[in-house]
Amino acid sequence: MSEDLGYHPRELLITSIARLAKGARHAAAGAQSPVPGSGLFLAQHWAEKSGGPRMQVTVLGSKKYYPFTDGGRELFDMAGQGRLDVFFLSGGQIDGHGNSNLVGIGDYPQVDVRFPGSFGSAYLFYVVPRVILFREEHTRRVFVDKVDFVSTPGTSPQNVYRPGGPVALITPLCLFSFDRNRGRFTLESIHAGHTLEEVLDNTGFDFDRPGTVPTTEPPSTEDLSVMRTMIAPKIADAYPKFAREMWGYEPKAAAS
Amino acid sequence: MPSAPDVDTLAAKVPDGSLLSWPVDYAGSPVALAHALVRKGARNLRLQTIPASGYAADLLIGAGCVAEIETSGVSLNEFGPANRFAKAVKSGTIRIKDATCPAVHAELQAAQKGVPFVPMRGIIGSDILKNRDDWKQVDNPFGDNDPIVLVPAVRADFACFHAALADANGNVWVGRRGELKTQAHAAAASLVTVEALYDGDLLEHDTYAAGTIPALYLEAVALAPQGAWPCGFWYEDQPVDEAQMQLYAKASRTDEGFQSYLNEYVYGRRRAAAE
Repeated sequence: MSEDLGYHPRELLITSIARLAKGARHAAAGAQSPVPGSGLFLAQHWAEKSGGPRMQVTVLGSKKYYPFTDGGRELFDMAGQGRLDVFFLSGGQIDGHGNSNLVGIGDYPQVDVRFPGSFGSAYLFYVVPRVILFREEHTRRVFVDKVDFVSTPGTSPQNVYRPGGPVALITPLCLFSFDRNRGRFTLESIHAGHTLEEVLDNTGFDFDRPGTVPTTEPPSTEDLSVMRTMIAPKIADAYPKFAREMWGYEPKAAAS
Repeated sequence: MPSAPDVDTLAAKVPDGSLLSWPVDYAGSPVALAHALVRKGARNLRLQTIPASGYAADLLIGAGCVAEIETSGVSLNEFGPANRFAKAVKSGTIRIKDATCPAVHAELQAAQKGVPFVPMRGIIGSDILKNRDDWKQVDNPFGDNDPIVLVPAVRADFACFHAALADANGNVWVGRRGELKTQAHAAAASLVTVEALYDGDLLEHDTYAAGTIPALYLEAVALAPQGAWPCGFWYEDQPVDEAQMQLYAKASRTDEGFQSYLNEYVYGRRRAAAE
């Protein structure tokens, strides 16, 4: 935990994700996504507290928070029907047009650096209305002018069926919004402890920004307490190591 | 009773060049069968991962068993990159057919229905499509200027997976892992390992029947307790063997390290978790 901030930098990312997921009926976090998953549980908590409609949170890799019983296809088929409002996507490379590369660097197929692969991106990026791009490394290696391989494009021609796409990009430095009509990012806010210069130095693509860039709203004392007491046990179902390292949460043997 | 006495007998049923469908590490990856395929010296296998893979695909590729892989991703996840896979792709020793998860599921769904293809949303404008000459972009015949992608039915020679239970009639129980059912329905035949035997008929029991694959889809079943090790297995909450996965991730960084891993844990059949 950072002494200066009074919270862990990841707790700010979780809170920012929760704000972007507000109002969703159903939101899901994919594999290897403990921070997005925690953000969804926080948004779900806000929905419950406000007495609004129930928000379904699905966390891949969890037993308790993964409602599908008809196989791997069910998540995708259900998303294709419009039953999933929020999902997350990352990228080995992400460019200023919102294109993501999960395949590799160099000439395909015999790339110099091979990433695992595109997973569900080339589908969910089209059909899920609110896709949040999230990457915990903010460098010019990741945020490039043009990706080497388009696993999934940020935008599509008018005649391509595409109710979904990226709405935002969250990194350890800042929050960008994405305009699908213009295919460009706009810097919305910079996280406390970081500067515009740092963002410019570490971003390899061109983006828009207001004259004065605000500081990202920090998590409230109440939200920090909710994360540490109520979200930790939920995210521990899929990510026990994360819950332990972030919040010192140890599952009670008797509770399972 | 299982129809095969052990995994090596199961592996012997797989001719070189076979197309195998194989589930993702956490869904019931038949790792004991992968080890048996390496021991038998299988060659030119074509793998279709449902829809991604990790340890099993990396190991089979590293051991020279694989000529081609269709996958949405190969990764050891929190344990690191799939080094043998990455090396084989880079050097061109395997053909790679990059996919996206729902398209792989759709290929199975088409095969399951016995139709030649199914249409899919998404994918248009992705470099995945540019590199898949077996996927076609057409105009939706029911629409107006609506491009859509068709993916072909993929009928594997064998669906390979690890399941929880088998009964004396050769039915196997996969619980909520519906993708294993789809895999079995889509393939010409299935080779299955199971964790344990069920005393009774799984189809007579309503709780089990809904998650049961009937014997008619299955070629052979072998009993293989901890058959997904070192991957985790959902039945009885078997966790991933983290120490073993770390050991593999490290060993597989070099040719020598990978070879000594094979010698010890595949040819030598050492089971760190069990001993």
